[in-house]
Amino acid sequence: MKVLVVDDEKDIQTLFEQRFRKEIRDHSIEFAFAFSGEDALAYLNGHEHEAVLILSDINMPGMSGLELLGHIKQMYLKPPPVVMMITAYGDAENFNMAKQLGADDFLTKPVDFNLLKEKLKILG
Amino acid sequence: MVLEFILAIIIIRYLRSYLQKDGSLPKWDRKLIIALGIAIGLLVMSILIPRSKHIAILLADALLLYIMYVAYTTKEFQPLKPTIYAVLPYTIVSVVDALFVTISTKDFYGEWRGYFETAKVFTVIWMLAMWFITKRQRKAIETERIKALEKEKQYVITEALKSELEIQVAERTSALTLQKEELQHALDELKSTQAQLIQSEKMASLGELTAGIAHEIQNPLNFVNNFSEVNTELMGEMKAAIEKGDMDEVNAIANDIIANEQKINHHGKRADAIVKGMLQHSRSSGGQKEPTDINALADEYLRLAYHGLRAKDKSFNATMKTDFDESIGSIQVIPQDMGRVILNLITNAFYVVAEKKKPLTPDGKINLASKDYVPTVTVSTKKTGNKILISVKDNGNGIPAQVMDKIFQPFFTTKPTGQGTGLGLSMSYDIVTKGHGGELKVQTKESKGLPGEESGSEFTIQLPIQP
Repeated sequence: MKVLVVDDEKDIQTLFEQRFRKEIRDHSIEFAFAFSGEDALAYLNGHEHEAVLILSDINMPGMSGLELLGHIKQMYLKPPPVVMMITAYGDAENFNMAKQLGADDFLTKPVDFNLLKEKLKILG
Repeated sequence: MVLEFILAIIIIRYLRSYLQKDGSLPKWDRKLIIALGIAIGLLVMSILIPRSKHIAILLADALLLYIMYVAYTTKEFQPLKPTIYAVLPYTIVSVVDALFVTISTKDFYGEWRGYFETAKVFTVIWMLAMWFITKRQRKAIETERIKALEKEKQYVITEALKSELEIQVAERTSALTLQKEELQHALDELKSTQAQLIQSEKMASLGELTAGIAHEIQNPLNFVNNFSEVNTELMGEMKAAIEKGDMDEVNAIANDIIANEQKINHHGKRADAIVKGMLQHSRSSGGQKEPTDINALADEYLRLAYHGLRAKDKSFNATMKTDFDESIGSIQVIPQDMGRVILNLITNAFYVVAEKKKPLTPDGKINLASKDYVPTVTVSTKKTGNKILISVKDNGNGIPAQVMDKIFQPFFTTKPTGQGTGLGLSMSYDIVTKGHGGELKVQTKESKGLPGEESGSEFTIQLPIQP
């Protein structure tokens, strides 16, 4: 399973790689990283239908996570990739907006990795 | 000759009229009427009995002399002295004449009669002359007296006016003093209000920052928590690896732990710097100039302002561009004050690009300019000669020409009521010019509300480099 993680914080890559070291080692999950909405779109264009799950932060400079979500849901109809949005705690407005735009699931910051692993298991 | 009697009658009447004017007639009236009676009696006698004519003349002369004596010696009649001088010579001549007639022989008198007649004529001329002169003098005196009276009246009026004026002046003075005190009071109140406003402007900009600060702190804190959790996990794995004796794995895990600890430390410091910056921002000014990395300061406030605005308006987004001249290094500024200026310029820039991005114009029309519009805020620094330029550029709607002159005035704001204090730019201007001896300039191109057009403003802080 291939997961694209989108966040403007570069350390998110190290964190994911450490948290999912076992999964990466036994190749049950493969990660790709993008550090802005624009990067993410460029990756998706170059690797069509590879990423099954897109995990995106909302609050990013330039193209926001919500705009990215809108683009993804317009561009990839079949099979639709699962898009999980990461929202700041208590941010109802973004949550509702993301829901309208067709987000499949939500995670709140700080990310609970055990919960995320559970969700990935179900998807896998 | 009957002139003596007529003279006596005239003088008595004259005296009476004088006394009447003077107001002391009742005291003298009886005596004067008696004298008048005598004079008339003598006149009648001299007419009825021609032989007693000279005796009557003598008696009339005596009466005249007596009156003159009384008039001369009495204080009340002092002003009448000229009259006495006028009449006296004639009376004396008349007395001498009458005595001669009565005492001397007819021949002797006949010889001298001519002289007496001549003398009498002279004394009459004297009398008339004196009378004219006195009359004229009296007139002059009278006019003087009237003038003096006028003056007196005028003086009284002037005095009354003067005292009235003095009262008015006193009233005005007390009113003015009261006003002065009121104004002083108002001025004091204004000063304290100004101080409060400046403080509230600082607090307002801190408020704008709060959400940005929360976001900026939340991210490093999440990393700190996440990496420390990872390390706990890794420690468990390391223990297992040691039990297995797999030293390669132990080493690999140890390296990861070290790297993670560095990350934890890095993000901890990041949060620390943000909190310090926030404290510095809210601190009242009076700070000292110290070597400051202007690029770092501008970058920090750019991010804080961006996240602050985003926290308020979730739909807001903008492209941030930076173009820093790394050769600047550190320059001498009061960091919290200069930070406040940069923050103010950046928040203004974000505000205007957000306005332009809105689908409707403020008057409710479809905003054509918002189509394909990419809100962009650029912060750049540059070193030129002995000056540092810090520029904040937006591609918003620009500043209308009619408000250009006002933008640095206190309390001028284009934001809706309650959203801006109107003190941001005026405070910034003071900080740059008075606090740092620099200049704050603006260049703008106003939008015509069309799609794809170029418009926007650029604020430039120009600071001298101190040796």
